Amino acid sequence: MATQTTNIPDELKNDPRVPEDLNNNIFITTLDKIYNWGRKRSMWPLLFGLACCAIEMICTAASRHDLSRFGWELMRASPRQADLMIVSGTVTKKMIPQIVRLYNQMPEPRYVVAMGSCATSGGPFKEGYNVVSGIDKFIPVDVYIPGCPPRPEALLHSFVKLQEKIEKQSIRTVRWYTTGKTDNGMLVPYLGPDLVDLRRADEIKQKTAL
Amino acid sequence: MGIIGSGILTGLGVTLRHFVETYIEDFKYMGKKAGVQPRMLRRQSPKAHGIVTVEYPMEKLPVPENFRYIPFLVKDDKTNEDRCTSCGICAKVCPPQCIWIARTEDPVTKRPVPAPKDFFIDSTICMNCGYCAEFCPFDAIKMNTDYEIAYYPETENDMRLVYDKNRLTMNESFHWNIHPSVKAAELEAKAADEAKAKAAAEAAAKKAAADAAKKVALAAAPVVPDAPVASVAPTPAAGGAAMAARAAAAARAAAAAKK
Amino acid sequence: MSEVTATPAKPAAKPAAPAAHGAAKPVAAAKMTPEMSAIAAKFGGAVEAAQYEGLLVTDHSKFIEIATYVRDVLKYNQLTNNTATDYIKDGVIEVVNQFTRVPQGGAPLTLKLRVPRPSGNDKTQPVPSLCPLYPGAEFQERETYDMYGVVFEGHPDLRRILMWEGFNGWPLRKDWKEAYYEGDTKPFESRWPGGDHKLAEERVPWEDNVNYPPGFDPFAFKPHPDGDIYDSMLAPSDGTVSIDNGHGVAPTLIEGLNASEMAELKTDEIIVNMGPQHPSTHGVLRMVVKLDGEKVTDLKLALGYLHRNHEKIGERNTWLHNIPYTDRLDYITGIYNEWGYVLGVERMMGLKTTDRVEYLRVITGELTRLASHFWAIGFLLNDLGAFFTPALYFITERDLIIDLLEAVTGSRMMCNYMRFGGVSRDFTSAQWAMARELAFERLPRTIDELDHFLTENEILKARSIGTGYMSADRCIAHSLTGPCLRAAGIGYDVRRADPYGYYDRFDFNIPVLYNGDVYDRYLVRVQEMRESLKIIQQALNQAETQSKVGDIQGGKKAYNHRVPAGQCYARVETPKGELGYYLVSDGNQNPYKYHIRSCSYINLNSMKEMAVGQKVADSVVILGSLDIVLGEVDR
Repeated sequence: MATQTTNIPDELKNDPRVPEDLNNNIFITTLDKIYNWGRKRSMWPLLFGLACCAIEMICTAASRHDLSRFGWELMRASPRQADLMIVSGTVTKKMIPQIVRLYNQMPEPRYVVAMGSCATSGGPFKEGYNVVSGIDKFIPVDVYIPGCPPRPEALLHSFVKLQEKIEKQSIRTVRWYTTGKTDNGMLVPYLGPDLVDLRRADEIKQKTAL
Repeated sequence: MGIIGSGILTGLGVTLRHFVETYIEDFKYMGKKAGVQPRMLRRQSPKAHGIVTVEYPMEKLPVPENFRYIPFLVKDDKTNEDRCTSCGICAKVCPPQCIWIARTEDPVTKRPVPAPKDFFIDSTICMNCGYCAEFCPFDAIKMNTDYEIAYYPETENDMRLVYDKNRLTMNESFHWNIHPSVKAAELEAKAADEAKAKAAAEAAAKKAAADAAKKVALAAAPVVPDAPVASVAPTPAAGGAAMAARAAAAARAAAAAKK
Repeated sequence: MSEVTATPAKPAAKPAAPAAHGAAKPVAAAKMTPEMSAIAAKFGGAVEAAQYEGLLVTDHSKFIEIATYVRDVLKYNQLTNNTATDYIKDGVIEVVNQFTRVPQGGAPLTLKLRVPRPSGNDKTQPVPSLCPLYPGAEFQERETYDMYGVVFEGHPDLRRILMWEGFNGWPLRKDWKEAYYEGDTKPFESRWPGGDHKLAEERVPWEDNVNYPPGFDPFAFKPHPDGDIYDSMLAPSDGTVSIDNGHGVAPTLIEGLNASEMAELKTDEIIVNMGPQHPSTHGVLRMVVKLDGEKVTDLKLALGYLHRNHEKIGERNTWLHNIPYTDRLDYITGIYNEWGYVLGVERMMGLKTTDRVEYLRVITGELTRLASHFWAIGFLLNDLGAFFTPALYFITERDLIIDLLEAVTGSRMMCNYMRFGGVSRDFTSAQWAMARELAFERLPRTIDELDHFLTENEILKARSIGTGYMSADRCIAHSLTGPCLRAAGIGYDVRRADPYGYYDRFDFNIPVLYNGDVYDRYLVRVQEMRESLKIIQQALNQAETQSKVGDIQGGKKAYNHRVPAGQCYARVETPKGELGYYLVSDGNQNPYKYHIRSCSYINLNSMKEMAVGQKVADSVVILGSLDIVLGEVDR
């Protein structure tokens, strides 16, 4: 806690509002700091593995690297209880509707880590006909980890980065407490003759018109 | 077959032993500072007992020298030039085709110059296979061992994972630092190459001098000092021994590529 | 030899294209083995020697008869591999079936069928399906249908399997091009010398990896929400299980009621969908189970959620490019996947390796087998309810093996270690010492502990003995390979049945058990780990005296291999079973056909028979005991 709070500022030291005997016993912190401090130390990842990177994710959760040091060890199999989605592997067109649906089911605030080249952009399989070129085409990504596959330490490093990002958020401006800015989730694409992104449906209709 | 439940008890005994062993080891290493390499290495080695966690951001397991992540280009410390001659072998052996190389052209002769004009590696496609470093005939591209490159995009169109030549190029000393065992071998090879180039240059100089002398003797005409120099094979005067070595190596690689 | 091909003449447009893809130029016909001669003698006019290898069945109506003869008289009792090749220049699609004798082994027998290539996105004329004779053909033929549009007549459930119903086109046909298509073969021209970085998105009209047929209306289109799977399961069953899987016909009886009373009692059956996001499906597998109470009465698998188009990309890659891609098949045992592939290419090229190379391959390969079995057992226990404690211990051990592999090869999982005729690096003395430490001290101790820890555990035994039983005959018929087959009493191991590498130099056993249930599969894996250790120990000792340090490349190291025209089926025994590579070369730098006989995928074929009649919780255990890796299942 001490690292997150500031000592009593000089100008308050002789403030009449502070009783004398409490002078050296008060820490002042901002609401943001305490809010973010709590949040970033208890992320619950979604138990959700896609491909090779998932093996490294399991290794990260195992004894050598031990996610629970971060307070992130509670891997929940249900998206309703998860805060963080680690997209660990190649996202295929056949899988993307399910992933978007999982994302939509996660309560806010929710975070997404794109682990490895495949989740970042399709990776070495990018040219494949069944591969989505990056999960960020469909859901917003917070942290990217390059590598194929990233080492467990690289995944941990992304958590450090994500914590950094969370620290920059402020309770006053975050979207999920702002009225009128509800996030209804992303449109779930469907599988037609190819993957159909409904956000582009008009464009598709125009371009394919005979 | 024993009594019912004995199997479960044995199993619990094993977990208990693991638990106790971990603490015995902890006592053994107590008082020694956390994060000191030998302790951690030993506790993660096959000789270790119990189960120990590496406390990652505070202490880090060293990566092996062979470890490969994203490639980088090596720049010669002395001449401050890229080792790369843009021969294109790395782009050819790259399985997901994530390397783009633009070759430099001589503005006058339009012939290729052995140096890359630009060099891109799209690390979002890179599969860290290490072929580029392995098949590079000039030791010009190597694999970086830095894995801490996760990031969150700060701008809308963050293209930082596409490395261009500036961001790819690293000093020779950086390369030797992360790959200490290749340093001696590389220096040796370089010395041998330089010696060869020097010998070749001397021979060429001698021949040129002899030719010039012949010409002078025959026509008694003045030697043109600024004759256009063939760009690929710089003369000793133009490039020095190092350049000659590079050109020789480039010729070798070109021959190999043709094969 | 022009009668070999089904087309009357080669295309006149390209008279002298020596190494064009799919060239119709006559090639040497296959050599006749005694078995092939026997078939030729019996079925005279219906067969002839095929291109490169095997027999071509010209009279399709005789095909089932021939296959029956192959199975019953010649005793080729397992269908190893079924795939197709698209010879676009010849205008034919060739269906390839390869059969093996189990457990005797030996070279496979190849039977081919040719159908004319349909135009556009049409399906082909039907060819006879092998499903009635070899139930193991079911998934393989569905894959061939999915990738090439080859229709199999008599197949019980011919639907797409890796792609979804309604997908536009047959992806592995040579004239089918994906959205990010850039060229037929790598390396691409745009990379060098005038390389300017361009994202794939910037090249294509849709700015994304999609393509729509003209006239497609996203608003009018009704997507296919897997209705076909559910529809086929909706018919109410009469409470009996019609599959004979060794449990017999299993009526759902409530104690005290006889069958007729039971029939009057209406119980509801429900369909439960497990996966693709599910903690116990080992990845993105989807199981649709029909339940009567807790009993599974029907089960269907939906695959393809990790279909990464390995084979399409593989046909575009050069031979060398494919090695790191094979790492990503069964990502737990990367080294073994590479081995199978380089073995095939080495056989086609006639490359020689050195002693050192072979020893290093055995050492690293068997280390990955240990790592894989540690993983498999840990997660089988996870499925059995011992949540994460055994897995935690075994991941610790696996991490040690992987540390060694990483130090040697440079990557933890995607080793990229094998080269044609060699390996990429030799062990340093420190790494060698670590390998010795692991093989002689650490891992024997761990495996003893594992045995002590788990084998006699009452809960493990109660859950796994008798679960997921499959008889030896059914295992063979279902093309099951690997530890699951050996747990049913069939000692079939490619290391002995079709030897490769230096395995003949080591003294080791193939563990076989006879009950064919989950417990025996577990025991077989434990015993195999001990045998692997024996092999590693012998290999380490022999390599010290019988090979030269640093001698890691047989022949010249190159990156632009040309493989002589021909075909090859190379197989290795991975920890999961028989991994085969069916390769066809037309003499170019790229494989013309690159097919992976994936053991995880084909082992899943028998999942339904094993699970039906059991409890739903057991179906998860059965899946764990099959030890699949989705990267290899879906490729």
